[in-house]
Amino acid sequence: MDQNTITINGHAYNFDPGQTILEIAQQNNIDIPNLCHLKGTRATGACRICIVEIEESWGKKLVSSCSAPAKNGMVVHTESPEIVKYRKIYIGLMLDSGNHNCDIGSAADESWTDFQIAAMENDQKEELCPVWGDCELQALAYRYQVKGRVSGRHREPLVLPVEDDNSFIYRDMSRCILCGRCVAACNEVQVNQAIDFGFRGTNGKIIAGTGTTLRNSSCVFCGECVQVCPVGALVEKKNLGKGRPWETETIRTTCPYCGVGCQQLLHIQDNTIMKITGVEDAEPNLGRLCVKGRYGFDFVGSQDRLTTPLIKKEGKQVPASWDEALDLVAKKFVEIRDQHGADTMGVLTSARTSNEDNYIAQKFTRAVLKTNNIDHCARL
Amino acid sequence: MTNTIADLETSDLILVTGSNTTENHPVLSTFMKRAALKGKKIYVVDPRRIKLVDLAEKWLRPNPGTDIAWINGLMHVIIKEDLHDKAFIEARTENFDAVKDVVASYTPEHVADITGIAAEDIIALARAFAKAPAAAICYCMGITQHTCGTDNVKSLANLSMLCGHLGKPGGGVNPLRGQNNVQGACDMGGLPNVFPAYQAVTSDQARQSYEKAWNVTDMSAKPGLPVTEMIEKAHAGEFKSMYVIGENPMVTDPDLNHAKKALANLEFLVVQDIFETETTAMADVVLPSFCWAEKDGTFSNTERRVQRVRKAVNAPEGVRPDWDIICDIARRMGYDMQYENSHEVYKEICSVTPSYRGITWERIDNIGIHWPCPDESHPGTPILHTTQFTRGKGLFHAIEHQSPAEQVSDDYPFVLTTGRVLYHYHSRTMTKRTEGLNQMSPECFVEISKTDAKKLGLNTGALVNVSSRRGKISAKLQVSHKAVEGTVFIPFHFARAAANKLTNAKLDPTAKIPELKVCAINIEPAA
Repeated sequence: MDQNTITINGHAYNFDPGQTILEIAQQNNIDIPNLCHLKGTRATGACRICIVEIEESWGKKLVSSCSAPAKNGMVVHTESPEIVKYRKIYIGLMLDSGNHNCDIGSAADESWTDFQIAAMENDQKEELCPVWGDCELQALAYRYQVKGRVSGRHREPLVLPVEDDNSFIYRDMSRCILCGRCVAACNEVQVNQAIDFGFRGTNGKIIAGTGTTLRNSSCVFCGECVQVCPVGALVEKKNLGKGRPWETETIRTTCPYCGVGCQQLLHIQDNTIMKITGVEDAEPNLGRLCVKGRYGFDFVGSQDRLTTPLIKKEGKQVPASWDEALDLVAKKFVEIRDQHGADTMGVLTSARTSNEDNYIAQKFTRAVLKTNNIDHCARL
Repeated sequence: MTNTIADLETSDLILVTGSNTTENHPVLSTFMKRAALKGKKIYVVDPRRIKLVDLAEKWLRPNPGTDIAWINGLMHVIIKEDLHDKAFIEARTENFDAVKDVVASYTPEHVADITGIAAEDIIALARAFAKAPAAAICYCMGITQHTCGTDNVKSLANLSMLCGHLGKPGGGVNPLRGQNNVQGACDMGGLPNVFPAYQAVTSDQARQSYEKAWNVTDMSAKPGLPVTEMIEKAHAGEFKSMYVIGENPMVTDPDLNHAKKALANLEFLVVQDIFETETTAMADVVLPSFCWAEKDGTFSNTERRVQRVRKAVNAPEGVRPDWDIICDIARRMGYDMQYENSHEVYKEICSVTPSYRGITWERIDNIGIHWPCPDESHPGTPILHTTQFTRGKGLFHAIEHQSPAEQVSDDYPFVLTTGRVLYHYHSRTMTKRTEGLNQMSPECFVEISKTDAKKLGLNTGALVNVSSRRGKISAKLQVSHKAVEGTVFIPFHFARAAANKLTNAKLDPTAKIPELKVCAINIEPAA
């Protein structure tokens, strides 16, 4: 079979039948901006930012690259003046549509829209958007130098209270651009089916359950929606206002909870875990996490951690030095082994610690204690 | 798992049994749920109407502890209707005739009597399972935590082999392992009968090779005791010391009152952990250790994939890594056990563990590798048994149904089954430190059917006393559509209302796993 070829910005690329223009571009490191695309889910074409220009025999046409399948011989442009013109309009419309007050510095000669003011009054927030500097819409507004207020339209101020009745997700629908990534993440990636589009037209918004809070819906707080939200509508509550991306270092590791072994990125600032995200595209979890893997990390920095060995003296455990504690352990182990035999001694290693710890524990049991009485909690 | 997690999304049919996957393996369940969205069939066989049932083709509800019967029933139908994979059975297995003989009496009607599953549902699942091009079986502790746990697992293996669903993408017999490194702890020889990579301690050749590698002599050739038997011996006063690393058996062991007496009987108990627990409270010496985020090392997941764990934060002052503490004790006992760091330990692991030999830290920097991986040019083994089984031919086991150790009676009329909830983990040592998790799941509960609650004249929120022949706890009732009449569920997380005070420590004779999934209890309103 002949190889399928597509030309993007003057370069030819091979592709497999069924691939979209956006997929081919991403595979070849060609940047096509987008706000609604989510890998592994059905294309919605909702944001229109990923439009590209296709040369046809009769002229040019603009299509959403996320939903347009590539065809053999297709000629595509990704940043033509026509595309840029429309992208600016779309970005401007989105800026106008919500409480995107990162625009504050450029509003010198224009007033805020009534909607924006109402939204800010409504949520009692005067500070900047919590994802300022880490927002895909803001980044696009900067890249294409869009300041908003392109439409001149004035939406009726919506009453969109900030949802704050759970401990994990801070949900501020006044900043939502209705891209639908969270809906795809919830319904098609994690398949928890807790949120969806609700209402119509200018009243359209993302709803949980039948229009309740996440806490009262079937939401299980996997946080996938937060991970994919391009703007400040869904943010992590635990590190609100802290752990800005340029202040944190990310370390990749494996989740400590169940046996799935999800790959995580730990976002660290000042020796503290600020948040945890899934490693996109990495097996086995492909970016997904659950509520424990994403939010159950407070134990690490807990004040309740044991920090000194304890020895029981006269029925009470008292702090001891490592030397004192380990000398006692070694002495007692030798005594018991000599008096009662090695087979009266046992070690419980752990399905919670690393391979390295487990290997050493069984080596110690077999080579030093001289017994095979070693086991762990696999059965429990 | 014989297959991989991602592989589940390619299965034509997934049989999920004894696994509340969305709560216990939430991310793995996303692959099952995505398969369902694509039109693939999920069949759930479970005593509870778990969340996954929402997306399933069908939920089959067996009476707790009757798994061998329904599995034999499926095989009966498949053989009777000539749907079994004769080519696979001929080429890859042995002892098929013995199974054929045993399942001959497991007619759907007979199975319905034992299990409570309708005969037509047995027939429908049997046909679907046998006809699916690739069908995966996923199971968890609901299959294994029975006095016939080993036989339950063998029965599932029989079923898969019967239809030729092993050794191919989308198929397999897949135990979902519940703890981050339970696979690794087993691989590393954290078991009483085997060295790393499952080499028997009774094998002279294996023992001699480890004696040489570790520079010691006279290692024991006698298989050791599993934890459940160590507890028995301690209770009888025949066991003198235990060194417990990163476990909290005083919440997770069955029949806790018994286990507590056993630990109290020890002459010397050392417990190494990151927090004070119900178990450290009993210790003669407590040693504080590093937690996961402070460690460099590896975990091996449920699909046998060895993955990196990396230090992200500094440990609190005064604590030490587990391996380092153990080595220090060894040195104080006169054995030279010294490593520069955990990477040095890992290199030694590779040198003495054939299935890990080719898995270096450098190779798994970005993506983990599935063992077995015998050398550094080997890509790893995502799917096991593709051309032959470990022992050569797959061995069918002829197995008869066995009743659970404890039956309901007039005094104890309900069946209790235990497990986890989404928001907590085991004894909550880690999860109880996160406010939001406590908010979502603040306390123990007794999940009961509407019918049973009505009979008791109680509703959700009523405080009840739950008792078994071994112990008693108090918790609030939670009426739920997940529960079926006669069976209640209690999570085992909560020390204050520890479900394991009720559970039965009766063991499976082979795996020595306790029957945590079935015991008889009574429920009364708390006075």
